[in-house]
Amino acid sequence: MPEFPQDLWRIVALSLEVSLAATLIACALGLPLGALVAVGRFPGRRGVIIVLNALLGLPSVVVGLAVYLLLSRAGPLGELGILFTPAAIVIAQTLLVLPIVAALARQIVEDAWTDYREQLTSLGVSRARAVPTLLRDTRYSLLTVVLAGFGRAASEVGAVMIVGGNIDGVTRVMTTAIALETSKGDLPLALWLGAVLIGTVLAVNTAAYAIREWSLKRHG
Amino acid sequence: MAEAEMFPLRARGVSVSLGGHRALDDVSLEIGARARTAVLGANGAGKSVLLRVLHGLIAPDAGSVAWGESGRRPAQAMVFQRPVLLRRPALANIEYALAVNGVRGDERRDRALEAIGRVGLSHLAGRQARVLSGGEQQRLALARAWALRPQILFLDEPTASLDPNAAAEIERLIGGIHAAGTAIVFATHHLGLARRLADEVVFLEQGRVAERTETDRFFSSPASAEAQRYLQGELP
Ligand SMILES: Nc1ncnc2c1ncn2[C@@H]1O[C@H](COP(=O)(O)OP(=O)(O)OP(=O)(O)O)[C@@H](O)[C@H]1O
Ligand SMILES: [Mg+2]
Repeated sequence: MPEFPQDLWRIVALSLEVSLAATLIACALGLPLGALVAVGRFPGRRGVIIVLNALLGLPSVVVGLAVYLLLSRAGPLGELGILFTPAAIVIAQTLLVLPIVAALARQIVEDAWTDYREQLTSLGVSRARAVPTLLRDTRYSLLTVVLAGFGRAASEVGAVMIVGGNIDGVTRVMTTAIALETSKGDLPLALWLGAVLIGTVLAVNTAAYAIREWSLKRHG
Repeated sequence: MAEAEMFPLRARGVSVSLGGHRALDDVSLEIGARARTAVLGANGAGKSVLLRVLHGLIAPDAGSVAWGESGRRPAQAMVFQRPVLLRRPALANIEYALAVNGVRGDERRDRALEAIGRVGLSHLAGRQARVLSGGEQQRLALARAWALRPQILFLDEPTASLDPNAAAEIERLIGGIHAAGTAIVFATHHLGLARRLADEVVFLEQGRVAERTETDRFFSSPASAEAQRYLQGELP
């Protein structure tokens, strides 16, 4: 077994922290956004859906570059001074996860809306009021969306490298550590770190699955 | 607002096309306050579509649906042929409908409990609505509709998946709802239900009103050839 970096646990913790934070923010924005597009009636709705779906394939390097320009000293948000900090990583990851959450939530909620629309309308439920109702009723399907978002955040390397800088002890996360060890030629360590990353993602998914099973049993 | 100003509900020359199929064709009818109207007809005749149009869920392609003189709508509710229940406990489904309609606090809970008791499901109040049997779901949907205290209640096959006892119970309940002042319009294949519960029968044939007759007369001597054929097909 190769020699792990002394602060491996810190790298793992930071990876988890930024990825969870980004997933949380992206879900807080993306789930209602997707649901609003699903039930809403507004001009250009079709276009919004096409763009949303297209953003699923958003190249992460481009997102990294955009956030870099935004946060760099000369950029519009340069004042904040958060380039090469975990906050910058969270921003980049959020932008990558947001379209995934919004696009998939839109599809799931729209399918539910097809089934629910007449019943809810009959009960006097407005479209705006239907949004939280539908989000709640599709929660088990949406959990998978949340996990997909988390997976996207945790596995991101390009954008995280650009805006975080892979600074030892500050912004080094699992993926950038793996990239670094690979480029240094320490393949066994890179592989081990990869296994730890996969294990971490697996653990989060297992926990989510257990919660889902438990609450399905309780709530049907 | 007085009922007299909101009723009758008038459909005039209503036509509806769905997916290229003409589901309703030049339908005209009138439903007064406290009416008891049964909508009969073969599968696909347009009964469910007619209820949806009257309830305001489908806009007619031609013709009009209008309420009374004032143009104001009375409180309405509908129990669908396949009701949609939310993923929450049975009682919470009723409370949700009441909350949406502005009923708050203790009153909401009391009315929900009363409604679920009316359909004989008190013992299942805490059970998830989605795991209830088909008949229980239908009763819950009726309770939810009734809790809203509608002035007119549309019922699509209210007894379709009920056992004989439950069907009799629901029939009594619907009768009671009507007696308390609610107009009821229901589609059904249970001719006995129509016979006992309705004052008037609207008979649909391929999207058209073949006849609209007082109940006794409809069953003893239907005016239209279509209705005669339909009644002859009834199982003993
Ligand atoms: N959304 C839709 N798109 C296309 N066709 C539809 C739609 N809704 C209803 N129809 C058609 O309209 C006709 C009338 O349907 P409706 O559901 O009113 O029949 P019904 O009289 O209620 O029949 P049943 O006794 O089987 O409930 C049917 O031929 C049906 O296939
Ligand atoms: Mg029907």
